[in-house]
Amino acid sequence: MKKIEAVIKPFKLEEVKDALTELGVYGMTVSEVRGFGRQKGHKEAYRGTEYTIEFVPKTKIEVVVPDGLAERVVETVIRTAKTGSIGDGKIFVSNLEGVIRIRTGETGDRAL
Amino acid sequence: MNSRTAFKTLRIILSVVVLSAVAVPCLLAQEVPPPAAPASGAAAPPGTAPAEAAATPAPPPKIDSGDTAWVLISTALVLAMTAPGLALFYGGMVREKNALGTIMQSFIILCVISLQWVLWGYSLAFGPDHGHIIGGLEWFGLTDVKSDAANPDYAATIPHQAYMIFQMMFAVITPALITGAFAERMKFSSFLVFILLWATFIYDPLAHWVWAKGGWLGMYGGLGALDFAGGTVVHISSGVAGLACAFVLRRRLGYGKESMAPHNLPMTVLGASMLWFGWFGFNAGSAVSAGALATSAFVVTNTATAAAALAWMVAEWLYRGKPTVLGAASGAVAGLVAITPASGFVGPVSAIWIGIGAGVLCYLAVVWKTKLGYDDSLDAFGIHGIGGTWGALATGLFASKAINSAGADGLFFGNPGQLGLQAVAVLTSWVFVFVGTYVILKVVDWTMGLRVTVEEERIGLDLSQHEERAYSRG
Amino acid sequence: MTIFALVLRIGRTMKTPFAVVLLITCVAVISPAFGQEAPAPATAPATLKIDTGDTAWVLTSSALVLAMTMPGLALFYGGLVRNKNVLATIMHSLVILCLISLTWILWGYSLAFGPDKAGIIGGLEWLGLNGVGGEPHPTYGPTIPHQVYMLFQLMFAAITPALITGAFAERMKFSALLLFAVLWGTFIYCPLAHWIWGGGWLGKLGALDFAGGAVVHTSSGVSALVCALVLGKRQGYGTAALVPHNLPMTLLGTGLLWFGWFGFNAGSALGANALAASAFLATNTAAAAGALSWMTAEWMQRGKPTALGVASGAVAGLATVTPAAGFVGPMAALVIGLAAGVLCYAAVVWKGRLGYDDSLDVVGIHGVGGILGMLATGLFASIGAKGLFSGNPAQLGIQAITVLVTVVFAFAGTFIILKVINAIVGLRVDAEGEQRGLDLSQHEERAYAKD
Repeated sequence: MKKIEAVIKPFKLEEVKDALTELGVYGMTVSEVRGFGRQKGHKEAYRGTEYTIEFVPKTKIEVVVPDGLAERVVETVIRTAKTGSIGDGKIFVSNLEGVIRIRTGETGDRAL
Repeated sequence: MNSRTAFKTLRIILSVVVLSAVAVPCLLAQEVPPPAAPASGAAAPPGTAPAEAAATPAPPPKIDSGDTAWVLISTALVLAMTAPGLALFYGGMVREKNALGTIMQSFIILCVISLQWVLWGYSLAFGPDHGHIIGGLEWFGLTDVKSDAANPDYAATIPHQAYMIFQMMFAVITPALITGAFAERMKFSSFLVFILLWATFIYDPLAHWVWAKGGWLGMYGGLGALDFAGGTVVHISSGVAGLACAFVLRRRLGYGKESMAPHNLPMTVLGASMLWFGWFGFNAGSAVSAGALATSAFVVTNTATAAAALAWMVAEWLYRGKPTVLGAASGAVAGLVAITPASGFVGPVSAIWIGIGAGVLCYLAVVWKTKLGYDDSLDAFGIHGIGGTWGALATGLFASKAINSAGADGLFFGNPGQLGLQAVAVLTSWVFVFVGTYVILKVVDWTMGLRVTVEEERIGLDLSQHEERAYSRG
Repeated sequence: MTIFALVLRIGRTMKTPFAVVLLITCVAVISPAFGQEAPAPATAPATLKIDTGDTAWVLTSSALVLAMTMPGLALFYGGLVRNKNVLATIMHSLVILCLISLTWILWGYSLAFGPDKAGIIGGLEWLGLNGVGGEPHPTYGPTIPHQVYMLFQLMFAAITPALITGAFAERMKFSALLLFAVLWGTFIYCPLAHWIWGGGWLGKLGALDFAGGAVVHTSSGVSALVCALVLGKRQGYGTAALVPHNLPMTLLGTGLLWFGWFGFNAGSALGANALAASAFLATNTAAAAGALSWMTAEWMQRGKPTALGVASGAVAGLATVTPAAGFVGPMAALVIGLAAGVLCYAAVVWKGRLGYDDSLDVVGIHGVGGILGMLATGLFASIGAKGLFSGNPAQLGIQAITVLVTVVFAFAGTFIILKVINAIVGLRVDAEGEQRGLDLSQHEERAYAKD
């Protein structure tokens, strides 16, 4: 199983979620995070004073999928989350040792 | 709709009907004419004492400091209803990414109409009548609108400027109410133009027809429709305009699929509380005097509001299984809306019935909205349109000259004709406002475009229209 | 050892709050010894009649002005600071309201409005409100009880130091703030109020200040500048994101300020009459105009109209029209408001270039607005007094003198007070306290607890 974490722009969440659900991903964890990448943040102005906002609000989606689905999930996220402008985000893929469903005790792919 | 919904709806209506049948006799027994001299009407010269054979005519009424104080306070109260009352009421109900933009709309309307009213709005609405249709521009820039003299046509015991600025706050909140219908999707620049056009071509004429001396609908030389503080002029107009906006702008992206839950309900309740608090200025202030009529209006305002909040809460509890705070707050606002046209003409027990009616009817309107499928985002039509219509008609039922001798009697007090007049006023408002708003929207859409782009709507109004965030983590 | 060293020692060991409370208690206890029944003015009319409408209006106005401080200003400022400082910021307004409520009735009102001594200060005849009762005072609201006038003025005395807190937000020690409120409220506000409103020399010169352009806004704005310079910039100024944490909160505060300002300006008519109506109208018009012109200026300069801009513009309009409210008509108020929005916006933009850290723009909005308003009064006054445009150029000169005096006095006086406080308790929190946030370091509280 693979764990796929995607840090994306918050307003893209609905699109990404809809596309993943269509793909057959039945669960995900979403958190509100802040971050920056190589281009450190951007400028905002309040009452005439400019500030460099380093930590920009982002949304992180975490899904766990069988190995076979991982590549399609990554492609889908890229397709729906991309805007082409700075700050689109990143995807991290990692291997997972195990998954357990708490209510029933099922493990492995059956727990997904 | 499915049978379960129908059954639930029927159950609620049945309960109300049964309760009414039991209580109407009690109601009729309750209205007792006050022992003292009759209170004066909202705009009639004070003192309806029988004309005694007097050798010298009574001296003209003087400016009274108590009346002036009350009207000035009421003006401040009605301002607070818009900013921050309505701003926060609506602001809490939208999603976080649109909170600032929504609040901003109420604030900017306060600014725009404050100037529009002083320049030409007041003159068009209340100025010397032309053809029973509109005021002229004789009072452009407040020419002849003095601070050291009263205008006896409207309020003989307060400075004319006090009356003008009191009315201004009504002209401010009315367009602000409409913003609930097009929340989360209107372009800021188009919004500014729309508001200015609507205020000038819809609000000012309608206010003239109902409240101005010589206006064809109202009590002063017109048909005689009763509207104490704005059932038609404020609530039906903003509600129906909201409906037109919902049709023209169409639904928000993701409507029906995505969560559009309120981002901050305590903020909404704070706003609703400020609305309740300020509404005493709205209704009791419309007596433009500090005395019996203001007191009576104050009492019925509070009573109807409480009844409506409870009625909505009970209706929701029966229908959906849980009473919500948003429901209670919305019910309270519905009650405030419905009692508005009636506040100077009805007694406290009538107010209870008006409130219950408002709570139930507006709740049902909101439930039906989802089934009918139009996106009146914050229920401007459901609460103000339906609530205002109910209130205007209810005035035709419950009005009593025992409460206000300068008014009229309603159907329950032996005068069915009044209900007919109210219906005329309601119908006129509906048609005029819907058609007029529709035309204005189309004109603005054609020249500027009404709606933000898809991406702007996704990102949210705050960032796309104002480059601002409501909440930042430092 | 010298008295001064003794005071320093007491201040450091006893902890400031005890000291402040002790001071107030001492004065309260000994004040009856000072109070005499104020002798009836020799030329008083037989009886002054209390008008219930006027009284109702001024009482309501007092409540309105209180609401401007709590929670109006508290939330206006609260939303503008970072998450970790919001409680402390709100606390500033709240505690100042409490302190001034006491110092005013003990000695403040007497110093500001008491029987005049050489045009400089009021005496101590009214210490502890001795002689301030239910009977109207012939010049301070002849149709309302004297205590109502005192109460109304109390609210002005409270909000003025509260305005200054915006300049040193996010870095001032709480104990220093307590001392600052009491010292500034006594030694800057009272004399200034006396000179202009209490029968002092500027009023006698003919200075026009209907509701506080000089006494409230210019003084607080200038003092704010001094505070910003003396305390220095916040950590991370220029690099870190010192952005508002909750703009809806700020807008709520703005609504309450606008609402309450009707009490501030129209209430200063001291009666529910034509003047109140006129001042009410001027107030609303200037606020609206200021908001729209700031918004337009920002829209043109930066490309987007912001909610904070509209709110700031409204406050700028309100502050600027304050001295003029009872002297000008609606069209003049419109012009004054438009000018306020644009000029205060420019001031705030230049602040960034000049580089002083006036955290919440007290200087740009109240300082600049107050000065602009005082001068505008000299131009536009036409009701109850005449300005330049009504054929009386001398008024503009008097206004300018008043502004100059206010600026110099507030500047010098605040500087001295700050230095004194710095010697006793220190002004600024330490670096770690500032970094953790004032809520935790000064009050051991969290504004928003996550469960």
